[in-house]
Amino acid sequence: MSGTLSLNLRIWRQASPDGPGAYGSYRLEQISRDLSLLEALDVLNEQLIGAGERPVTFEHDCREGICGSCGFLVNGQAHGPQRATTVCQLYLRQFKDGDTLVLDPWRAKAFPLIQDLAVDRASLDSLIGAGGYCSVNTGNAPEANGTLIGKDQAASAFDTATCIGCGACVASCRNASASLFVAAKLAHLAQLPQGQPERSHRARAMQAEMEQQGFGSCSNNLECEAVCPKQISADWISWMHREGRRQSS
Amino acid sequence: MSPRSSGLPDSRIPAGPVADAWRRTRDGLPLISPLRKRQLQVLVVGSGLAGASVAATLAEQGYRVKLVTFHDSPRRAHSVAAQGGINAAKNYANDGDSIERLFADTLKGGDFRAREAGCHRLAEISGGIIDQCVAQGVPFAREYGGTLANRNFGGSLVSRTFYARGQTGQQLLYGAYQALMRQVAAGQVELLTRRDMLELVTVDGVARGIVCRHLITGALETHTAHAVLLASGGYSNVYYLSTNALKSNASAIWAAHRQGALFANPCFTQIHPTSIPSGDAFQSKLTLMSESLRNDGRVWLPVQRDDPRTAAAIPEAERDYFLERQYPAYGNMVPRDVASRRARELCNGGQGVGPGGRSVYLDFNDAIADHGRATIAARYGNLFEMYERITGDDPMAGPMRIYPAPHYTMGGLWVDYHLMSSIPGLFVLGEANFSEHGANRLGASALMQGLADGYFIAPATVTAWLAGNPTPEIAPDHPACREAEARAQGRLHGLLAVGGSQPVDGFHRELGHLMIEYCGISRCAEGLQTGLKQVALLEARFHQEVRVPGEATGPNGELEKALRVADFFSLAQLMLRDALAREESCGAHFREEHQTPEGEALRDDGSFAHIAAWQYQPGSGEPTQPAPAAEPVRHSEPLQFTVMQPSTRNYR
Ligand SMILES: Cc1cc2nc3c(=O)[nH]c(=O)nc-3n(C[C@H](O)[C@H](O)[C@H](O)COP(=O)(O)OP(=O)(O)OC[C@H]3O[C@@H](n4cnc5c(N)ncnc54)[C@H](O)[C@@H]3O)c2cc1C
Ligand code: SF4
Ligand code: FES
Repeated sequence: MSGTLSLNLRIWRQASPDGPGAYGSYRLEQISRDLSLLEALDVLNEQLIGAGERPVTFEHDCREGICGSCGFLVNGQAHGPQRATTVCQLYLRQFKDGDTLVLDPWRAKAFPLIQDLAVDRASLDSLIGAGGYCSVNTGNAPEANGTLIGKDQAASAFDTATCIGCGACVASCRNASASLFVAAKLAHLAQLPQGQPERSHRARAMQAEMEQQGFGSCSNNLECEAVCPKQISADWISWMHREGRRQSS
Repeated sequence: MSPRSSGLPDSRIPAGPVADAWRRTRDGLPLISPLRKRQLQVLVVGSGLAGASVAATLAEQGYRVKLVTFHDSPRRAHSVAAQGGINAAKNYANDGDSIERLFADTLKGGDFRAREAGCHRLAEISGGIIDQCVAQGVPFAREYGGTLANRNFGGSLVSRTFYARGQTGQQLLYGAYQALMRQVAAGQVELLTRRDMLELVTVDGVARGIVCRHLITGALETHTAHAVLLASGGYSNVYYLSTNALKSNASAIWAAHRQGALFANPCFTQIHPTSIPSGDAFQSKLTLMSESLRNDGRVWLPVQRDDPRTAAAIPEAERDYFLERQYPAYGNMVPRDVASRRARELCNGGQGVGPGGRSVYLDFNDAIADHGRATIAARYGNLFEMYERITGDDPMAGPMRIYPAPHYTMGGLWVDYHLMSSIPGLFVLGEANFSEHGANRLGASALMQGLADGYFIAPATVTAWLAGNPTPEIAPDHPACREAEARAQGRLHGLLAVGGSQPVDGFHRELGHLMIEYCGISRCAEGLQTGLKQVALLEARFHQEVRVPGEATGPNGELEKALRVADFFSLAQLMLRDALAREESCGAHFREEHQTPEGEALRDDGSFAHIAAWQYQPGSGEPTQPAPAAEPVRHSEPLQFTVMQPSTRNYR
């Protein structure tokens, strides 16, 4: 019920990782403010297909902020201007008629470009593979209520476990560090009794893997926290550094 | 003796009492030596709850596992979006729950169109799932004393739902995903992301591999194995707008169906009553608003048709709290199908609100007055924020608008008690198979089923199959692989060659309109016939007018969509046929011809207490065109009830 608006889009177009890239300029006329930005890109793509041009490639799936597929920069900001919001949940009513939106892919060494706004974030899976789990084989589990965990402690573990692996923290960090992502996983498991046996190993292994995968190191700019759609606190990064000292001592 | 009817393989339902049938079966299954396991390759398609859990478990047991997913990471599978929770008969709430009660609720909830033995097994396994997930570090909600918290879900009389705030699916999936990544790092699982399964390879009628398209290079790849497991999720996206993620699809199961895997109960689809309604033509998604909102929200519509006033301007006396009026006992908590049907009827009658009159109010005003804003915010704050982000309206200030949305598909590939399809060596897990929800699934039971299949059932039954069928390894250049590649090649080049002018999405949108109209909440013979004709016409137009830009090589999102939509057309027709053939109302399948004078579903146990299993009939079309399939054949597997006799649901 909130009417329509027109937008100018400048979108990074790059057909292949080693090919040339440049901004393409587009205009969307009189589209509903009730559309999401990704739906606006759907509209644009239908127009491009109609005109015989290659549609814009961008990652998406759930479109409700939980799968972590979507993600690009909107006017330099990872996931756009709205706090605690993935770009798939960004609606056009956040913008004004006639606004220009510049869309760029995540840029980080550990996230090689695929096409246009899509990048490869498999390096985040490698970080989890390095130690982001509890080593329990299926069938070995004790009775669930055998281990008591305080309500607040469980809730705090949950808060760190909500990271959706979108990579916005990396993309917004000038060192392209994955510290927030790694700290979140370490904190999730270190706050639970189940995570204790492998706690030291996990912290060492995941941080080593971070270097291995070409992520930078943290220099406390806190941009990651500002863009994180799940509002994971950067305090966990300082905690992670203390955790490292705890183990080496 | 297992019930059996001609044309169907043995369903291998264990003889004897249902109560410990699974334990008896499991204890009698053959085993394989660790040494031999290392020589056996298992292929899993899908990394949702079902796929990730089975791949991790089989790898732990020593098998060589390949996992194929179209996602860029296993963590993104659609299971991540499940909100409400997972059921288990732990009786932690000490409110009289038990395995027998969960079993009975599942069978009853499915309106007696599921197998008794299967439902019982789920209930039996449910507790072990929670133990496993807790051991992995899944941060379920807890009580102050430190024990696990439970809630009441979907109208159940006991509290047996375990949850992690509104993100239970996410946390369960991450548990399975982490177990999986541990095996990937250990070299036990080869992870093949960004691959779309397009064909199934069979050799002498046995499943031996798949053909998939690499979504970045566009290359067709063939992967062979000693057993193939499909865990590729449900097909609600046949309706275009649904609560499913946009790329959820039926292509993997449809490829298997084309090769002879029977498809069971395709018309059993669940329409969830509380989603954010659609507005603009370009809306791409219906976002689910958790069912828990009905605990405090009151559903209503203006008494007056086409009432132009805002909700606030409509006085109490002119509001119709229709669920409370029609179902005094259950009120707003009636089951999903009932709530959906009543909302649709009134909207069709002109009482609906919002764009096109296609929504009803869900009002928290009274709840706020009774419990205070703070309490309501604590209960539903996240959901309210999500609603406001999408619609721009604040549910604290005025009622939400909601409308039913396609959500879950009970139908799927037919499997026997061992989760093996009618193609030997092909197993089907999770939402992709048709078990055990009958004609209607209970809230919080899909997660339970996916993990029961993946952690516990399939690892045992796949081992048993491999023990008894020492099939030799086949090479990817086997003639059967070449044939499957040629079929895939033919289909994708056929789509690229159409050279029409219309983008894929437009066709998908139209298909969705037809399906929701004729095969949605309410169905009748005439509508289903019309639907069949119109879908066939639309399909023909699609193959003449679609424009799929780009090439087969390199990333091509439009080609991916076109392949999926092409399969949805065929599946849609099977759904319509199945709905037409099932001349009764049961669970979520409501045939207008079959209702009580009060408008409730009327089952016909005499003629329809069976599972319908459809067999694909290949047509004779060009290999590059979708073969206009000849009439599929309907088989039926009779259902036998020994513990509980079919009763009629009554929520009045
Ligand atoms: C919004 C929402 C909320 C829900 N909430 C609940 C709840 O609270 N409780 C509950 O019990 N249930 C809930 N459900 C249902 C439940 O989430 C699903 O039924 C369940 O997660 C399905 O799991 P799955 O493993 O079978 O499939 P999915 O999680 O859908 O995974 C499918 C996998 O298969 C892969 N795949 C699919 N097709 C192909 C192909 N052609 N080639 C290669 N890979 C392929 C995908 O990449 C993915 O990895 C909800 C569903 C929705 C939509
Ligand atoms: S920490 Fe936040 S920004 Fe980083 S990947 Fe996780 S959810 Fe995304
Ligand atoms: S598309 Fe899933 S989080 Fe944005």
